[in-house]
Amino acid sequence: MDKMPAWADAVLVPLFSLLLAALLSALVILAIGESPVEAFKLMVDGALMRSSGWGYTLYYATNFIFTGLAVSVAFHAKLFNIGGEGQATVGGLGVALICLYIPWPHWSLALVGAALGAAAFGALWALIPAYLQARRGSHIVITTIMFNFIAAALLNYVLVNLLKPAGQMDPASPVFPAATHLPTFQDMFATEAMPLFRGAPGNVTFFVAIAACLAVWVLIWRTRLGYEIRALGHSESAARYAGISPVKIVVVAMLISGGLAGLMAVNTAMGEAERLVMNATEGAGFIGIAVALMGRNHPIGVFLAAILFGFLYQGGAELALWTNIPRELIVVIQALVILFTGALDNMVRMPLERLFLAFGRKERA
Amino acid sequence: MTDTAPAIELKGISKAFGPVQANKDISIRVMPGTIHGIIGENGAGKSTLMSILYGFYKADAGEIFVAGKKTEIPDSQAAIAAGIGMVFQHFKLVQNFTVLENVILGAEDGRLLRPSLAKARGVLKQLAEEYGLSVDPDAPVETLSVGHQQRVEILKALYRQADILILDEPTGVLTPAEADHLFRILDNLRAEGKTIILITHKLREIMEITDTVSVMRRGQMTATVKTAETDPQQLAELMVGRKVLLQVDKAPAQPGATVLEVENLRHVDADGVERLRGISFDLRAGEILGVAGVAGNGQSELLEVLGGYREATGNVRLNGTPLPLSGPGSDGRARRVAGIGHVPEDRQREGLIMAYTAWENSVFGYHRDPGNQSGALMNNAAIKSEAAGKMERFDVRPPNPNLKAANFSGGNQQKIVLAREIERNPDVLLIGQPTRGVDIGAIEFIHQEIIRLRDAGKAILLVSVELDEIFALSDRIAVMFDGRIMGERDPSQTDQRELGLLMAGVTEDPGENAIAAIDARLEEKENRKQPRHG
Amino acid sequence: MDFATLLQVLDSTVRLATPLLLACLAGLFSERSGVIDIGLEGKMLIAAFFSAAIAALTGSVWMGLGAGIVSSVLLSGLHGLASITFRGNQLISGVALNFLAAGLTVLIAQDWFSQGGRTPSLMGAGRWEAITLPFAETLRAVPVLGPIYYELISGHSILVYVALLCVPATWWVLFRTRFGLRLRAVGEAPEAVDTAGVSVVGLRYAAIVICGLLCGLAGSYLATGLQAGFVKDMTAGRGYIALAALIFAKWRPWYALMACLLFGLLQAVALRYQNIDFGGITIPVQVMDALPYILTVVILAGFVGRAIPPRAGGEPYVKER
Repeated sequence: MDKMPAWADAVLVPLFSLLLAALLSALVILAIGESPVEAFKLMVDGALMRSSGWGYTLYYATNFIFTGLAVSVAFHAKLFNIGGEGQATVGGLGVALICLYIPWPHWSLALVGAALGAAAFGALWALIPAYLQARRGSHIVITTIMFNFIAAALLNYVLVNLLKPAGQMDPASPVFPAATHLPTFQDMFATEAMPLFRGAPGNVTFFVAIAACLAVWVLIWRTRLGYEIRALGHSESAARYAGISPVKIVVVAMLISGGLAGLMAVNTAMGEAERLVMNATEGAGFIGIAVALMGRNHPIGVFLAAILFGFLYQGGAELALWTNIPRELIVVIQALVILFTGALDNMVRMPLERLFLAFGRKERA
Repeated sequence: MTDTAPAIELKGISKAFGPVQANKDISIRVMPGTIHGIIGENGAGKSTLMSILYGFYKADAGEIFVAGKKTEIPDSQAAIAAGIGMVFQHFKLVQNFTVLENVILGAEDGRLLRPSLAKARGVLKQLAEEYGLSVDPDAPVETLSVGHQQRVEILKALYRQADILILDEPTGVLTPAEADHLFRILDNLRAEGKTIILITHKLREIMEITDTVSVMRRGQMTATVKTAETDPQQLAELMVGRKVLLQVDKAPAQPGATVLEVENLRHVDADGVERLRGISFDLRAGEILGVAGVAGNGQSELLEVLGGYREATGNVRLNGTPLPLSGPGSDGRARRVAGIGHVPEDRQREGLIMAYTAWENSVFGYHRDPGNQSGALMNNAAIKSEAAGKMERFDVRPPNPNLKAANFSGGNQQKIVLAREIERNPDVLLIGQPTRGVDIGAIEFIHQEIIRLRDAGKAILLVSVELDEIFALSDRIAVMFDGRIMGERDPSQTDQRELGLLMAGVTEDPGENAIAAIDARLEEKENRKQPRHG
Repeated sequence: MDFATLLQVLDSTVRLATPLLLACLAGLFSERSGVIDIGLEGKMLIAAFFSAAIAALTGSVWMGLGAGIVSSVLLSGLHGLASITFRGNQLISGVALNFLAAGLTVLIAQDWFSQGGRTPSLMGAGRWEAITLPFAETLRAVPVLGPIYYELISGHSILVYVALLCVPATWWVLFRTRFGLRLRAVGEAPEAVDTAGVSVVGLRYAAIVICGLLCGLAGSYLATGLQAGFVKDMTAGRGYIALAALIFAKWRPWYALMACLLFGLLQAVALRYQNIDFGGITIPVQVMDALPYILTVVILAGFVGRAIPPRAGGEPYVKER
């Protein structure tokens, strides 16, 4: 049975998948007449070599941690939640309502309130697909996709018809009150002598994301609920034998998943834009799929993968600024990562297994 | 040696899956027009060998000769071309296709279906007359009984003009009467010059129908003998490599108070078929009630209803307290809290999470018990150390609680389940197929544990399709057929024949007319199931 | 609503239903063979781009169609590689391919045309022309039936008629030919096909190629028939609606036609009545946008519980030990 040690499966497979994706992306860059080496340098320069670059990288990473965790929790119950995008969109609505209509005395309280609102709204948006899956057997992949489209229409309606201040052209909510301003990295770490993170949107929500990683780890590996979620994910028949209700676990896991996706809106709406705009999620819900797959559904893996994608995102923006490479390059890389880690994983795994088998024989000999 | 070439000959076949040597240097010769049995325990390598013969696996070494000619069989297509047909243990039929469609699949004439179907209809009619293989060609397969589905499999092979027919455990799902009918068909086929290889683990079948028999043990062929020159005891020894104790040592039961009362239990499954049709019985402390029956007559559902896996109607009282049979409080967890342990029939799909470690599995179903908690979290450290103790007491090998369930052998997986359910000291223990896929050493251990639990005053409900096991363990035997209990017998006052009739739904001994009586009951049963498919 | 408006809405229904129908039938072949495909969207998108791009570069809509089909079949092949050869997760593969198409189309469009991820507008031979059926002009004057024939039945591009013909063709292939029998069998019980000596892998790849081909037609119609050129993300969820239609249709060709016409009608109504008041009540445009998706969920919740998908769908075939 010892084909490959567990650590190799957890580390080498995603790593090789990433290398393959990088290689193919380099080919794409070559094909459109740019230099991959130059492009990579630009990305590293823009995303990692300055503190403001890090401020952006971590800002994006915060989004991806939330959506990555969201996808992971659902995956543990063997549910494929493609609805992170919609759940984050509706979560944004929760943030906006709570920031706009409750007079918060201090940002810390506002953060707690907004986080609860975002999670509740996101969870709510996951509830119907979850219920339909659990009770009616409607395929959750299809329903969550549909709910992404419905969420976009809903937000559009609310922004245009209800929240948009009179006379304003773009469909967006009013600016949130100053008391709800979340400290950015610049607010927290910059001094007169060391002007760090200048102008970057990275903010205190990043630490909420780290806390979420911890919470998810405890939930999945230390609580009864996590034990039951994983049990259901591995075998529904066994779960029923043990008296675990599949209906309940499907609904609860999706509520948690939707809540985590919704939390992302705290970062985008409250931490960055300080108002609610259309399409604030910018596809982060989908990147969560890539992050969860690469991170092997483990919070530590999700954290690392999210930082990587934060780097790609920020680096990609720099590329689009300085070269003829559009931001869609990131979508391609994201697609390749999902493909190699989630669907073509056997293509990566099989040669690795053979390698380990060969080495194992040699050692024994 | 005879002049004619063997219909099929294997020379030095070996096959390994990773570190597991499934077949090792196997050679056999099967003469045309004979029935050759291959017998061995589960996991002895019989099915692997036949899969090689049918082109499912490529052998690592060895040669295959068909009718004296060396033949390569890289895939099923080649096997069919060489005249080999296979009837698998799990049928390879398209459930929502008709019999005719299933028969022509892969053997169509031309690109259009209509001519193929017409031709097959004619051939089927002819085969039905020739071998007694009648079955309605237009019936969707999912509406057919198991026995008839098996006939479709045989017809598929014959339609492809197979001369060599391999049957893998063909009687596992048949009633004794259906098995008899199958053997008559095999007899006809042999008379027509077909060669048949019969794979089974049942000694009785080997003795009844085969001309020669090969015995396999742990991937090796231990002997090939003429059936007429051997006896079951010798074959059993060859199978397991030592003398077999078919008898379990036990003192007479000393039943105490009634623990479980079951009254008029009814269950309708998701397809709308009534699987339990009014089951009633009492179970007393310190006794084992064995439930015998052919697979699929409601025994599984009975266990699962009592274990909280399925909902039902009726009355069940545990120590006088009624148990809810549907809605809240009717799930597996509630049953465990009430004092009912459950060793399910299928440990891999139900009893264990294969991807969980042994220690995680050691509390599966009991994971919400207060003893396994530490505040809001699960007390993993305590669970782990307790699991190590249980594994030692039940002789689980290797005794490593951090190993995943999937990495244990069948017998050791079963011990993990048994340890979990027995150590909770339940009032009632439900046990399904306790030794299915379990090696012989573990069987004895498991049987002893069950007896020990009985002697400790627990009430045990045992479901098994192995009549020998039912006889060996039970203090009372109930026989199920078509969702009902046909009768209860004292094991010392009954025999295989009587139980066999009960298993086919015949309560009065019909004497000479047994077969007709059985056929009538089976037809009744099938008719009851059909309307839903319209 | 007067007769002329009704005809216009129905006419637009047929146009909008065409890409849905082609994609739906594409999905039907794939899923009947046991390969779930949520990558219809991506295949349509990449075909839309390449047919528009090549049509723009060569001035020939036929060349565009060819390029669209090739690109779509290649993407299909990738899905096959992941889900058949390497037995990966079919859902994830589909998602990945949708993103791949979304990214690649814009990337290449920017590289080739530098117009912000779109192709130049197509004119003349770069687009599908409407075909006037025989006697359409003459019969136009006949009351009721004349306009129906002229407006609704005649005057579509060839791909519309191809799509409609694909329905009986699919039915015939599926239920009257050897290939259809095997295809249906491999989606229900691949082990039965395998033991019968027929290649599971071969059948599934065949299904996937047909799927790619039909998606190619759908994409081509979208960019060079329905519209005059490619714009970023122009499929706008049609692949997903086609998938929903497939479920609604219980994987049957004639039902698929009905489902796609229904969804086409919804889109046509939404397009036409965006900003119109109904007797004083304003239906917000967003409701119309969301209606196809809401309806799909309602359909999924209501009827689909009993729609039985091909039994082996989504499961890679592994020989039993």
